[in-house]
Amino acid sequence: MRRLLFLFLLLNLGGCSQLGVHAWERGTLAKDDMALTADAVDLSLDDHIYFSKEGTSGGRGFAGGGCGCN
Amino acid sequence: MQLNHKNITQSLLGASCTLLGSNVHAQKWDIDAAILYYGEPDRVQAIEAIVSGTKEYSTDHSLSLKVVVDSLTGASANGAIEQATPQTFTRPSGNGQYTVDANTTPLDDTFRDTRVQLSAQWTQPLNRQWVYSGGANVSREYDYQSIALNSSFSRYFNTKNTTLTLGASLSFDSVDPVGGRPVALSEMVVDSGQFNNENDFDTAFNLTRDIDSENRNTVDVIFGLTQVMSKRWITQFNLSLSDVDGYLNDPYKLFSTVNNQGEAISQRFESRPDTRFKQAIFAQSKYHFSRSILDASIRIADDDWDISSQTLDIKYRFLLNNNHYIQPRFRYYQQDEAFFYQPFLSVNSTQPDYISADYRIGRLNAYTIGLKYGFKNKKGNDYAVRLEYYTQTPENPGVILPEPLTNEAVFPSVDALILQFNYSF
Repeated sequence: MRRLLFLFLLLNLGGCSQLGVHAWERGTLAKDDMALTADAVDLSLDDHIYFSKEGTSGGRGFAGGGCGCN
Repeated sequence: MQLNHKNITQSLLGASCTLLGSNVHAQKWDIDAAILYYGEPDRVQAIEAIVSGTKEYSTDHSLSLKVVVDSLTGASANGAIEQATPQTFTRPSGNGQYTVDANTTPLDDTFRDTRVQLSAQWTQPLNRQWVYSGGANVSREYDYQSIALNSSFSRYFNTKNTTLTLGASLSFDSVDPVGGRPVALSEMVVDSGQFNNENDFDTAFNLTRDIDSENRNTVDVIFGLTQVMSKRWITQFNLSLSDVDGYLNDPYKLFSTVNNQGEAISQRFESRPDTRFKQAIFAQSKYHFSRSILDASIRIADDDWDISSQTLDIKYRFLLNNNHYIQPRFRYYQQDEAFFYQPFLSVNSTQPDYISADYRIGRLNAYTIGLKYGFKNKKGNDYAVRLEYYTQTPENPGVILPEPLTNEAVFPSVDALILQFNYSF
């Protein structure tokens, strides 16, 4: 898994030569589907499920409590 | 300036409009609503409803409000080990007992709760480079309540292609279990006819309980970097730290003490450390192909309980004609066990200070596969449905099982079905 992350970071770094766009080139990125937190309701519900069932929480957002979740 | 009646009227009107959020720049509320069913066969069933509204007041000033209500019923593994004979346990309240059949995972079937959560978040730019966001979250269920506050500051660089964010959250939780808090490592009192009367049982039961509630405080800090890579590609990296302090036991979880014949000779309440420090790296990338969007994220986490985990989450959205889409999803999760996790305690071992048989902090793998379908109608309203299957496979962390236990499901898997409907308008 750590190798996967390294590959992931490497792929990201590979794009560094063309980092960033002009304001008028953001049409695609401005689509609702392309928001990093698109489907925020789904993410919120997922956080609750996995917080209840697994030993790790957070990462995308705060890991803190909020429920007993037994 | 001298205020005349007209000035005052206009001022008051303006102030009230601002308070009500109905000034001329205000937009309508954008509402996201969903209802989710989560069900494990013979175990927990949950219904969770969520309504989230966001309103933009002026350029980039926005208020978000969220209400979540969830209701859980069913049975939850109590941590005791499966046996070849029936087992009897005292209910957490001390009122009554439940008996688990032979060769069956011990489940506490009194699991029942309703939770209500309210959240508010305000976001606004401070100037052309800086954005502030602050919020509060309150959650209440029968035996648990939580109040949390959060703040974050973001700064744009490189004509808004790069954003750095520093955020913090403080959460103050209170745990007040049914029947009081079990004294850690104390033996569950089970009425097998040894008590002369109910008062004798109550006296013995109360000796294993602390009545007052306990607190759990959490400090979270997140440092984030968002980077626009190209016209079609955006990425995010987060480094998060979490410091938890207070009562961290699960008050309803037991562990069995097992003799060399594999027989459970007592059931005791678990004991966890009262601090936990967690750290995680999270990376996400979204890429828009001509007719599809790839959303991939990875998280690597560990903590001073020695729970290290890896999570990979991939969603691939196929953009169909007329604003329809279909989105398969695959999630993989793997964790190593906490240093004090043991599926049971052998009579040959010294009782440690910390021990838990809760499989959720044991070694396990989990997979989610799912499909989501959605569309936007001509009015701009979104409808979606998602169906997912979640399976957890706990693993033996290397414990040698007494011979009779090799015939029992000491590490039973858990399956769940998730069905959700979304509506946004």
